[in-house]
Amino acid sequence: MKRSRLRLLFGTELPVLAFLAFAILPWFWMLLSSIRPERELIRTPILLWPETLTLINHIELLQRTSFGQNLRDSLIVAVGAVSLGLLLALPAAYSFSRFRFRGRQALRTSFLVINMFPVVMLILPLFVLMRDLGLLDTYFALIGGHATFTLPFAIWLLTSYFDGIPVELDQAAMIDGATRAQALRLVVLPLAIPGVIAVGLYLFITSWNEYLFALMLTGRNVRTVTVALQLFIGENQIQWGLLMAGGTLVSLPATILFLFAQRRLVSGLTGGAVKG
Amino acid sequence: MRRATTPWLFLAPALCATAALVLLPVLNTLWLSLHQVILFRPRSRPFIGVENYLIALADPVFWESLRHSLIWVVCAVALQFSFGFMAALLLNRAFSWRGIARALIVVPWALPSVIIGLIWTWMLDFNLGVLNHIGVRLGILSNSVPWLAQADTAMASVILAVLWQGIPFFAITLLAGLQAIPAELYEAASIDGAGVWAKFRHITLPGLASVIATAVLLRMIWVANSLDLILVMTGGGPGTATQTLPLHAFLTAWSGGNYGQGSALAVLLTILLLGIVIAYVWRSRER
Repeated sequence: MKRSRLRLLFGTELPVLAFLAFAILPWFWMLLSSIRPERELIRTPILLWPETLTLINHIELLQRTSFGQNLRDSLIVAVGAVSLGLLLALPAAYSFSRFRFRGRQALRTSFLVINMFPVVMLILPLFVLMRDLGLLDTYFALIGGHATFTLPFAIWLLTSYFDGIPVELDQAAMIDGATRAQALRLVVLPLAIPGVIAVGLYLFITSWNEYLFALMLTGRNVRTVTVALQLFIGENQIQWGLLMAGGTLVSLPATILFLFAQRRLVSGLTGGAVKG
Repeated sequence: MRRATTPWLFLAPALCATAALVLLPVLNTLWLSLHQVILFRPRSRPFIGVENYLIALADPVFWESLRHSLIWVVCAVALQFSFGFMAALLLNRAFSWRGIARALIVVPWALPSVIIGLIWTWMLDFNLGVLNHIGVRLGILSNSVPWLAQADTAMASVILAVLWQGIPFFAITLLAGLQAIPAELYEAASIDGAGVWAKFRHITLPGLASVIATAVLLRMIWVANSLDLILVMTGGGPGTATQTLPLHAFLTAWSGGNYGQGSALAVLLTILLLGIVIAYVWRSRER
């Protein structure tokens, strides 16, 4: 009995703890650095344990820089990307799930291929396109960019959720006189809500975290948090306290949402692979 | 008649958006790559055929970037996979706080690349970095090392950051694969007297093979395409020590203003990746 307990401890629990430490400690170090005053951060040799804990970095970041505005921009873009993304992905996924038509398989494959295109391949001409259309540095440009490059995965996930809802329900609704669109909206959608929420969270996190599109398509009027943080580094003297406060504020929403959506997202992500 | 058009009506919005914001740009990249396009000279865009490609292939920086890309992809994916697999095997065992361990191991996955870059830049800092401090204190390092500022440690440092980012993906994906292997197989093997290694070799690995292949291919494509982490941490430097192919393409266009050349490099990257993409899509289609 005692031996198996030891085996569990050394064979499983301690190694798991090591993995968790590796996963959490860097993040925790950022959090800890963000609640220490700047003077403590730039002292050499460095202090591992904080002498003072303070929220001064967070307060200064929100009051003295444009970071509050950047957070708002990121939120607008992410919410926009979720709305537009779902608007585009829901009917498409319904179509893939409910209809058998010529070119269906080829089209699904094409969406997979699109997902694999290097971002640089898209981003350079998108910049030129948006500039020529006069849309550079607008919410619309970034929302459009985010919503479309996440579209293939969103459709993929939603299709698998829809596949899990019996077709008989649509048919029953249509016998009762509903149109296809009504069947989707009134019958299928309410049942697929958990899946829709998971996809929505995926869209939100991806947009919130995205850097390259935001860097190229926006920057002055519209500046998301990822771009703003990166610009802090470029300044002459890096203010690590502010940077770490920004990093903490930005990573919290995505991390919390991710922990929420984790199980569903993962089953969607791996569903295809695992079912075999 | 109506039946045939309905599916396309539902697909129309997604198809239009994809055509406008994905297909059009891709075609545009091909077009740009065949022209001399300098961003600040918008009036003159002469057709120059494959000149951009010839220049790219003759440039030693291209080959260096390709070599860096290979190191980046192979090391990053191999390490992410190895550690991710270990984590998955551990998290599949029974212990009391398994649920919370499974949830917490995912944390790095949810973070933006920019923040991951920031965290590791901060921890690897020459003067203020906690890793140098701990390394010196424990006697592993004799002196502080400017990890990101010297050519021979910069690549290893960005790979460390991407390793941190990528372990959760493999851990969670492979864990799901492990859970899908029927427990009866292991029970039957135990009755037949199979040891731990024999079970791993003859049940776990074959049962997981398909998941492993898909996950590795997916991750290779992702890592090969990603450039934001390196961009944030080193900008490709010092010199060109961490410049991978997508970063080379991006910097040529973005900092250099040479869109024609940058597009040609992007197309070359796409062609190089095509093999992996085809393998992945072919696997996904089988199901």
